[in-house]
Amino acid sequence: MALQIFLIAIAAGFIGSLLGLGGGIIITPVLTLLFGLDIKYAIGASVVSVIATSSGAAVAYIKDKITNVRVGMFLEIGTTLGAITGAFLSAIINPKYLFFIFGLFLLFSAIMMIKKSKQELPQNVKPHPVAEKLGLNGEYYDKVLKREVAYNVTGVYGGLGMMYGAGVLSGLLGIGSGIFKVMAMDFHMKLPIKVSSATSNFMIGVTAAASAGVYFLRGSIDPKIAAPVALGVLIGATVGTRIMQRLKSKTLRLIFVPVLIFTSVEMIIKGVFNG
Amino acid sequence: MSNNNAEQIESVISKSLKIGVILSAVITLVGFAMFLITGNSGYPDKFFPTDPLQIFAGVAALKPYAIILTGLMILILTPVLRVGISIILFLKEKDYKFTVITAVVFVILIISFLLGKVEQ
Repeated sequence: MALQIFLIAIAAGFIGSLLGLGGGIIITPVLTLLFGLDIKYAIGASVVSVIATSSGAAVAYIKDKITNVRVGMFLEIGTTLGAITGAFLSAIINPKYLFFIFGLFLLFSAIMMIKKSKQELPQNVKPHPVAEKLGLNGEYYDKVLKREVAYNVTGVYGGLGMMYGAGVLSGLLGIGSGIFKVMAMDFHMKLPIKVSSATSNFMIGVTAAASAGVYFLRGSIDPKIAAPVALGVLIGATVGTRIMQRLKSKTLRLIFVPVLIFTSVEMIIKGVFNG
Repeated sequence: MSNNNAEQIESVISKSLKIGVILSAVITLVGFAMFLITGNSGYPDKFFPTDPLQIFAGVAALKPYAIILTGLMILILTPVLRVGISIILFLKEKDYKFTVITAVVFVILIISFLLGKVEQ
């Protein structure tokens, strides 16, 4: 079983680093649905997966300046507060509902992604006054377009609020809820999708760390499961960061959709019939 | 803040993450290899320690599970450390707004660890 977990973790780290999701989205359903593990250990393993994807991917994304470090650090106020809230709610809420909420949340993300799949870069974004004050606007070199892409940041307060929600979900489900973070930055704050993905990657580690302490002490992080997950994810994330920069933004959006829909359906079924 | 300083901050953050990742990967790998080769976790049945002190005692006794958990603890602490380092970096660059922002995040993180301990 260790080898299978290791291989799946490589895939999770790869996809997670591409899309800014942290891989918990793959680890949690695979461990519970395929391996029949208790959700408690699956969530513990996925928290580890999220942190590994985040740190593993951030090393490259920050060096290549895709990550907007200032946006990330600012929004972390919301995500960390939310993560504490969520970790404690998880002791009260039934896993059955957890699956169901998780599934619906993914389906929602898929629809949002399809809606925006035609756009390569955001256009005519007016910077938010707070974004200017805090120096959040940025630029990155796009390896596909072969030019510097300068961008403005808007919707700062709404984005911060959505990050609190994303943090609550991550504490509840043991995922970094990277999708929700990418959505908030992409949809509400109008960052380019590559920047949203890389910045989400940067942030999810901190969000997950906020709840990981709780899970660690609670005994949810089982070494024989978490070790192959951590190692596999780190390998997958290292490869993923190289590939992501060479993909078109439109392609990146399209990769999101099937991953989301598939996992969403699986989880809703589990939430309705088992739990 | 000039571009140059911003780049320097990002470079230090990226490097500190790299050190954390490599250190945790190596330690986890060693522990996991020991576990797979010997087939012994160092603890009875399915038990594994969750108390850091107990884990360090296990490392001293070369127990595979304790070594893995040490690697995982480093992994979990890496993002926290990254936030801590950022506070110092922003303070050095006299970027007080971001010194406060990162300090707030750091405090929230510490509180979340303490709450986890209390709840247990």
